[in-house]
Amino acid sequence: MLQVEGIDVAYGPVPVLRGVSFAVQPGRITCLLGRNGAGKTTTMKAIMGILPLQAGRIMLDGVEVSRLPKHRVAQQGIGYVPQGRRLFADLTVAENLAVGLRTRASGAAVREEVLEIFPRLRERLDQPAQTLSGGEQQMLATARALCIRPKVLLLDEPTEGLQPSMIEAIRQVVVRMRAEGVAVLLVEQRVEAVLSVADDVVFLETGRVVETVPAEALRADPGRLLRRLGV
Amino acid sequence: MRRDYLVHGALLAALLVAHFLLPAYHHGVMARVMVLACFAIGYNVLFGYTGLLSLGHALFFAAGMYGAGMPMHLWGTGPGAAFAMGVLAATLVALVVGALALRTAGVAFMIVTLMFAQAGYLALLLASRWTGGDQGIVIAQAQRQLWSIDLSAEGPRYLAALVLFGVCLIASLALMRSRRGRVLIAIRENEERARLLGYDTFAMKLMAVTLSGTFAGVAGAGYGILFGYVGASFATVQYSIYPLLWVLLGGAGTILGPFLGTLFMYYLVDTASDLTSAYLLVVGVVLILLTLFAPGGIGGELRRRLWRAMP
Repeated sequence: MLQVEGIDVAYGPVPVLRGVSFAVQPGRITCLLGRNGAGKTTTMKAIMGILPLQAGRIMLDGVEVSRLPKHRVAQQGIGYVPQGRRLFADLTVAENLAVGLRTRASGAAVREEVLEIFPRLRERLDQPAQTLSGGEQQMLATARALCIRPKVLLLDEPTEGLQPSMIEAIRQVVVRMRAEGVAVLLVEQRVEAVLSVADDVVFLETGRVVETVPAEALRADPGRLLRRLGV
Repeated sequence: MRRDYLVHGALLAALLVAHFLLPAYHHGVMARVMVLACFAIGYNVLFGYTGLLSLGHALFFAAGMYGAGMPMHLWGTGPGAAFAMGVLAATLVALVVGALALRTAGVAFMIVTLMFAQAGYLALLLASRWTGGDQGIVIAQAQRQLWSIDLSAEGPRYLAALVLFGVCLIASLALMRSRRGRVLIAIRENEERARLLGYDTFAMKLMAVTLSGTFAGVAGAGYGILFGYVGASFATVQYSIYPLLWVLLGGAGTILGPFLGTLFMYYLVDTASDLTSAYLLVVGVVLILLTLFAPGGIGGELRRRLWRAMP
């Protein structure tokens, strides 16, 4: 289980997160929701160690990951798919996956599993990542994160700018990861996407958690979610 | 992947055939180009693939050269052992310089590597009692015998240079085709992302600097032994700029680029200086034109036009 415990994060003198706390359970999808600037991406970056904590801590299965160097955070089993994908553009699809596969022993088996989840990538293995469509790039970014066999998967707006068929493909992967016991933390702007997959929803406002609710309650009363987001 | 090795193997085969065909002058030039191309191959590992621009590679070249030449001169060490000592010296120097210089990045990395190289150059001049100072060390022909093969003779020298170049070329191809090689490219593309995939990018970059230094050491030690001279001029900033130029002209981030760039630059200077005393002007104009019309270098153009998956 990933536990975020009272974290404060600042950009220089400007505080961005203040006392943010929530938990992401294995086999559940937790959505971070909030307006632009609420601190959703900042929270993800803080979990990955990209931004230093001013206060609080982040625990993964009882181990404090917030004290670890950045590369050790991923080694603990946290996969991160950032907004904008950030692929290695000059490398082919196969090479991007190879970089994701840190351990050689199980590399081939994991690669096969990932390609089974994303069969479209199998057809593009020798193609440079920069020549893929937006949806395929998102698939590759997600596939690369899955190569580390994550216990926790962080997805920052994975459906941004994608066509409906790609959005559905990504949604199915997220649901599959949940079924395999992965703890998924999702930042998503599309309300219908959140309602269709989420188990828990954490609302952020100006860097603070203002409410944590089961998604079931929001599905029963979608207006509550819209009111909270001011849509 | 098999095609990669075939193409690069074909180049080596062509160079072997050239051994029997080239006139004496070009024979000597090609031997020199092949040894210097090993230096460029090392530079390419660091600059072309890892994205780190060093201005201090002359230090590693000189460490290999003096690491081999001094034992031969001072203690009469044979060329085989001296070569190994030169490569080891360059590797150790690169490891230490890398461990310190990689605490910086970007322009600061360039400056720190430049300063290390300048310090090395001055140290060579100061320790003239052992290094020969600015006169350098001439390694006698009698000392350049390996298993009764005279490495100072034209034929063996060419073949020895070809062996060094072949080993460096195939080693760099194998490195860049390996998972570690791809991680180096990933670091060049986006170091933060590589780190977030769980890679200790400092350790990987240190590996790149050290390997790059090893290649430079192979070139330096080979040059000293095959051409019989070890001099402080090889430790000047000029010899840090040369490999950068060779790699840029030949195509940074391509396996063949360092060789093509070294060959092109060598013959460009050679031909231009035959035609005019203002040969540097001609060289400069050609380099500007090449940069404008083929910014990816010769290898980059080959990749763009002929072989998209060229390593």
